[in-house]
Amino acid sequence: MNDEKEIKKKRSEWEKEYYNNHIKKHPERKDKFENLSWNEIKNLYTPDDIAHLDYLKDIGFPGQYPFLRGVHPTMYRGRLWTYRLFSGFGSAEETNQRYKYLLDHGETGLSVAFDYPTLYGYDTDHPMSRGEFGKCGVAVSSLQDMEILFSGIPIDKVTTSMTINGPAAIVWGFYIANAENRGIDRRIIGGTIQNDILKEYIAQKSFIFPPEPSMRLIVDTFEFGSKEVPRWNTISISGYHIREAGSTAVQELAFTVGDGVEYVKWAMKRGLKIDDFAPRLSFFFNAHNDFFEEIAKYRAARRIWAKEMKKLGAKKPRSMFMRFHTQTAGCTLTAQQPEINITRVALQGLAAVLGGTQSLHTNSMDEALALPSEKAARIALRTQQIIAEETGVTNTVDPLGGSYYIEWLTDKMEEETYQYWDRVEKLGGVIPAIEKGFYQREIAEAAYKYQKEIDDKKRTIVGVNDYVMDEPIDIPLLKMDEKGEERQIKRLNKLRKDRDNQKVERNLNRLKKAAEGDENLMPYILDCVHSYATLGETCQVLRDVFGEYKEPVIY
Amino acid sequence: MGRKIRVLVAKPGLDGHDRGAKIVARALRDAGMEVIYTGLHQTAEMIVDAAVQEDVDVVGLSLLSGAHMTLFVDVAKLLKKKGMDDVLVVGGGIIPEEDIPKLKKEGIKGVFGPGTPCDEIVDFIKKNVKK
Amino acid sequence: MKDIAQKVLKGDARAVARLITLAENNDPVATEIMKEIYPHTGKAHVIGITGVMGSGKSTLICELTRAYRKQGKKVGIIAIDPTSPFSGGALLGDRIRMNELAMDDGVFIRSMGTRGMLGGLTSAVYDVVEILDASGKDVVLVETVGVGQAEVDVIKIADTTLVIIVPGLGDSIQTLKAGVMEIADIYVVNKADRDGVEQAVAEVESLVDISSANKERKTPVLTAVAKEGKGIKELAVEIGNHFKYLEKTKEFDKQRRLRYEAELVEIIRKELMNFIFDESTFKEKIEDLLDKISKKEIDPHSAAEEILGKILK
Repeated sequence: MNDEKEIKKKRSEWEKEYYNNHIKKHPERKDKFENLSWNEIKNLYTPDDIAHLDYLKDIGFPGQYPFLRGVHPTMYRGRLWTYRLFSGFGSAEETNQRYKYLLDHGETGLSVAFDYPTLYGYDTDHPMSRGEFGKCGVAVSSLQDMEILFSGIPIDKVTTSMTINGPAAIVWGFYIANAENRGIDRRIIGGTIQNDILKEYIAQKSFIFPPEPSMRLIVDTFEFGSKEVPRWNTISISGYHIREAGSTAVQELAFTVGDGVEYVKWAMKRGLKIDDFAPRLSFFFNAHNDFFEEIAKYRAARRIWAKEMKKLGAKKPRSMFMRFHTQTAGCTLTAQQPEINITRVALQGLAAVLGGTQSLHTNSMDEALALPSEKAARIALRTQQIIAEETGVTNTVDPLGGSYYIEWLTDKMEEETYQYWDRVEKLGGVIPAIEKGFYQREIAEAAYKYQKEIDDKKRTIVGVNDYVMDEPIDIPLLKMDEKGEERQIKRLNKLRKDRDNQKVERNLNRLKKAAEGDENLMPYILDCVHSYATLGETCQVLRDVFGEYKEPVIY
Repeated sequence: MGRKIRVLVAKPGLDGHDRGAKIVARALRDAGMEVIYTGLHQTAEMIVDAAVQEDVDVVGLSLLSGAHMTLFVDVAKLLKKKGMDDVLVVGGGIIPEEDIPKLKKEGIKGVFGPGTPCDEIVDFIKKNVKK
Repeated sequence: MKDIAQKVLKGDARAVARLITLAENNDPVATEIMKEIYPHTGKAHVIGITGVMGSGKSTLICELTRAYRKQGKKVGIIAIDPTSPFSGGALLGDRIRMNELAMDDGVFIRSMGTRGMLGGLTSAVYDVVEILDASGKDVVLVETVGVGQAEVDVIKIADTTLVIIVPGLGDSIQTLKAGVMEIADIYVVNKADRDGVEQAVAEVESLVDISSANKERKTPVLTAVAKEGKGIKELAVEIGNHFKYLEKTKEFDKQRRLRYEAELVEIIRKELMNFIFDESTFKEKIEDLLDKISKKEIDPHSAAEEILGKILK
């Protein structure tokens, strides 16, 4: 049995007698050891650091409230996380090939990256799309592209995650329509649409419409999903991008889970019952460099979410447990000595697994240079397979539970999250805080501080500001088909000629009327999609009705 | 106070990654320059228009979406067309090494990839800006 | 140089921008051109806009400009932001909030740093107003840094001064009470969709009652929600009314005279300071004098007398 008071006393003695004397002769490497949220980390954590925690109440068992140790009782002993590599480039044909390659090599879930025009709801031939076709993802301008994208892929058996936000409802429409055209019932298809507009305003910036109509569209998808497409996660509430924009781990945690609560409140305002839609909410976190901080972050996220959902009246356990996807931090990977990124990604991926992620994307070593080459993507996939099969970390649930450091840090991050939420409350809530630039300012400050530390060499990035080499970067980079854009535009033009344009116009008009009212827009969107209205045409209708968002700019 | 180096930091096209552009803008300010950040979703025309009115010494373009060969070159060409030959054009973001010589030929004098310390950008500007 | 002057008068954007740079850098070439274009100034209505950070000045200016554009008026905007006293640099962040005005060649926006000048303006602002005026702008909007007790210089340059307030920012009204209240020709309570707007309006109106007690004109207090374009038409009308009032009561001449006086003083001040600081003996003497002052061998006044004595001879 541990007597925490006695331990605390003895620890103090140990520090005075042994530790302090030791460091007089052998000073520590730094004056202060800080993690990436600039929290100071002590030399040692002992039972008294977590004496305030009650195992049964605060830590508990996996699969049971507060779900700190994991959302399922068996976790990876029962089922491994999904190997889900985010990919997409050029035309639908090229990306279709890559998906088949990855599935052949053991990927267990698909994840679609779209190009910028698609993310903004523009067709490939829109003036703003100039030069952007296929450059950072696959171009999808219509149902036809979706058909090609998934041609020969068993979407009744494998789930698909789509990173799409502003036009998410429409792109989801493409996916559903494609499945149905292939004779696959919408009730059995599974996947996720990111559909998280709040973090677009905060970090990723691929928003289209202002907050109110965007939230309306999102709740429309919650409602439609819970009734019509029950195996679909209609949102992936994201912290990944917030972190990539430069936030600290605590900010990522606080802002993301805070966004989640906001979505739930909006849905409940519409009249939806929490237990009807909450089980299909999912999350998406970053796996950054500070190993233990990331693990504590995921655990804290689960506990906070469970508490908040309980407060909001959730009764079903499935409404309270947080399922999340993780992606290793792109912003930590370097252009210099790119092979060493493989090591970074392995460590980051390991943190995500020790944190209990449900699915994982591991970045490719050429992240800072180009879109992933086949080889680099394959190595990233193998990295996950090694973690799963060779390290033994999957033998038990939440292996780090009970670590004095981890439990202390988990608790601390939860505390700081609530402090952030207080500040947001004082500003009037999430959306007022966004409009006042609160999140953006916090992120910009953290980003600048971090960069200064690197430039001042207070923080080492191997290969960049230390262990530097003057070696030319020599790895094969992905080459894309130069003729792809031209082909796509030709295809679009043909599509617009061959389809029943009267039907398209009728459907677009009906969508417009519905958007002006308050009906659920998904059925109208599906009609447009089925008649081969393009993404740009459908989105334009919504732009006309909802307007476009202008962001308050904060440095 | 004498002459200040005036810099336009711009994000052409649809790319929404503004972390780097904002950090560079602050770093240039800390180095004594006057910095105008255009914000996102700028066309070449908008960027050059702003460059003319603000009579900047430097135009800095930031892009992570891979569309730099089109968009950076558009801006450089348009600046020349408007008689702004003496403006120093630099760029940063995700730009493969093999594209750099092509960009330099089109008038983008400095290209700063990932990992470039801010000081390097500041020094380059100070050294290469027209006197 | 004839070239630049002619181009400026024709409204050529590049020439206007170049001349502004020359003026800002105290280039002697600029002085010559300014002399040439001065006869063509005086037509533009100069409107100064001041208010605390976060009051929505830039958005308001953007909307007001659009209203003026609809009336076919050409608009020049001078957006001033603080220069860092430490680095000497500045983040000029107003233009970005006016992206909607991009690509309209009836609008010219110039961002400027205060470059060491207190008062909310920059020392070159008089020249820049005149350049925009001479280039054919009907309205010149000057957005100052903020409103604090020192930032009242805007009244020297503007025909019409707007003070923007927001509800809930208790500070802004406190600042007004601290003595800045008399500078406004028009008050605008922006972000009027927020809580506390009636209270804010009431507070300002009571200040207006006191300060307008013995004056001919009662300062109007308007409300607006600039980001939605609400209240802008009314504002434009009031500004127009103020201009008419100035013309009718000859206040206009008085106002312009104040501006020219401020400009003259500023030009002389700059010339004298430059003269003194460029004087080679000053550069030699200053370090020496600073040493002596630190050691208490001489006091600052006597030191100044020494420098001035040499120059004024």
